[in-house]
Amino acid sequence: MSSTKFILGLFDDPDDMMHGIEKLQKNSIPIYDVYTPMPIHGIEDKLGVKESRLGYAAFCFGCLGASVIFSILYYTLVHDWPMNVGGKPNFAIPNFVPFTFEWTILFTAFGMTLTFFAATHLFPGRAPRVMDLRATDDRFVIAINAKGNIPHEDITNLLKEAGAVEVKHNNRKYVSYE
Amino acid sequence: MASHNESIIREPLITGKGITYAQITNDVLNPVENKPNKAWWIGFTVASLGSLLWVVSISYTFWFGLGAWGLNKTVGWAWDITGFVWWVGIGHAGTLISAVLLIFRQNWRNSINRSAEAMTIFAVICAATYIVAHMGRPWLAYFTLPLPNQYVLWVNWNSALMMDVFAISTYFSVSLLFWYTGLLPDIASIRDRATGLRRRIYSILSFGWTGSVKTWQRFETVSLILAGISTPLVLSVHTIVSFDFATSLEPGWHTTIFPPYFVAGAIFSGFAMVQTLLLVTRKVLGLENYITMFHIESMNKIIMLTGSIVGVAYITEFFIAWYSGVEYEQYAFINRATGPYWWAYWSMMSCNVISPQLFWSSKLRRSIKFSWFLSIIVNIGMWFERFVIIVTSLHRDYIPSSWVMFYPTWVDVSVFIGSIGIFFTMFLLFIRVLPSVAIAEVKLLLKTSSEQSKKKEIEEGHLDPVEVQYYKESLVKYDSVDMSDYEKI
Repeated sequence: MSSTKFILGLFDDPDDMMHGIEKLQKNSIPIYDVYTPMPIHGIEDKLGVKESRLGYAAFCFGCLGASVIFSILYYTLVHDWPMNVGGKPNFAIPNFVPFTFEWTILFTAFGMTLTFFAATHLFPGRAPRVMDLRATDDRFVIAINAKGNIPHEDITNLLKEAGAVEVKHNNRKYVSYE
Repeated sequence: MASHNESIIREPLITGKGITYAQITNDVLNPVENKPNKAWWIGFTVASLGSLLWVVSISYTFWFGLGAWGLNKTVGWAWDITGFVWWVGIGHAGTLISAVLLIFRQNWRNSINRSAEAMTIFAVICAATYIVAHMGRPWLAYFTLPLPNQYVLWVNWNSALMMDVFAISTYFSVSLLFWYTGLLPDIASIRDRATGLRRRIYSILSFGWTGSVKTWQRFETVSLILAGISTPLVLSVHTIVSFDFATSLEPGWHTTIFPPYFVAGAIFSGFAMVQTLLLVTRKVLGLENYITMFHIESMNKIIMLTGSIVGVAYITEFFIAWYSGVEYEQYAFINRATGPYWWAYWSMMSCNVISPQLFWSSKLRRSIKFSWFLSIIVNIGMWFERFVIIVTSLHRDYIPSSWVMFYPTWVDVSVFIGSIGIFFTMFLLFIRVLPSVAIAEVKLLLKTSSEQSKKKEIEEGHLDPVEVQYYKESLVKYDSVDMSDYEKI
């Protein structure tokens, strides 16, 4: 048994890479993940990646922000210390609008983005789980878990046929950062 | 599929021959990965001296108090608020480019959004320094927050200044978040090419970005929603800044046209500042293939449009002052145009209303030198606009015995020049340590909207010759396209 952990198909063109994904799927070879230097539309459909639910999170955070600031406004202006400004009503909703609007946006933006960071495990200092250093430059990388996917030669040939410029048999999952 | 061919009649967004994905990374990261050149050092030295001037003059202000400024009993707000509104206005273009143009799928934003957003952030920082400075006792800035305190009083939520605190702080933090999230993939590109300590630093900054399918999918969702919420945000910010004036009872300020008029002015001045910076950056960093004549011309068109809106607003204000029948309002406007500050008013009018109309000429619109010159004129004009609104409305009070002129002191002038120094210091540092063009987003355009892909299509020869001819004619304006390549095909 070889010590190969991951087989990487490196493409220099996104269309070739899509072609590679199709070929692998036709041969029932499961794809571990795909790494690209830019967002390529259509991969998520091919790989069966479910739609992101971050939009729902954003909506909930927006509602939260609006409720929080509206409650603060109501508490301070109407409940805790109602001030008589020329006999005008204390509960002056038009004046509440800018604050409520701003905090809706603030909570939506930060809530959603932090949810994105948490769900994707992005935070300062996280060791980058990089399989190939050129995946952030000019290579479109299809990663295949070598374990159980044999023979490796066939996978290599499939990737080459699809137009891979290089096929790597890596003994380590991630490129070391030492 | 990843790429569809775009209609041939659309102008290319990336020019140049033999551009590859690697080439884009190399070109954009060139200033980040190499030692700065002489031009950068000269710029940085001048900007740093400006920052030093700011430190000195602001320290002087804090030590001796606001009496160091030229304010008097009648004109209690002058260069500080002028500078504040000027900087906030400039800070509008970045988010507008990244958010509004993203929603409208304007792909030309891809190569200018990063530096425009950075510019936004630095401009809002400059604006924030004015807010803190003009408080006089900046260590009491927390008074603007609704904190339980020994006076058992809450902040005055009915005040437009309070709305300003919320608007500016939200705008700044959301812009920063939007900018930094967009930077992550590009920081990862630097990280994967760097070694040693640089790799470690960029590794921390990259948050461990890998570019996997799920990450990109979520990234795109986040970008789109951030763009969606930043669009009303950017419009709200200058609206709320205008409330500072519009909710008062001061003749010349108390007008309902202020919110849209301020927003148009902000976009106008913001694009002018983007133009000022990018025309130089493009040349110095050698980004002519990514920030093309199409980008310059598009921005000039926006400057022309928003300049016209501002012009209509000026005229409407004048008309409404007459039409309202309020003599104080009428006097405020007559005094602006013909009073002791007539030179400020007519500087504003000529810089903001007349000069952008020159962009109707396509020759001027496509001249880099003229565009840069005009962007400076617009910056000056927009400063005068705020000065006119603020000082000329205040300087003749209801009682003629209080009528005064405003004379800035050396501290006023130094704080303003210094803030420009701060701005340029931050911008020059930014272009050295972070990619000034969004690498990943520009790569998206390579297969569809680049000159080389369109040329290939023409060479394949399945296109309508009339459309091809139209396309070729549109290429003539580009300074980065060699037309001799198109003679044979």
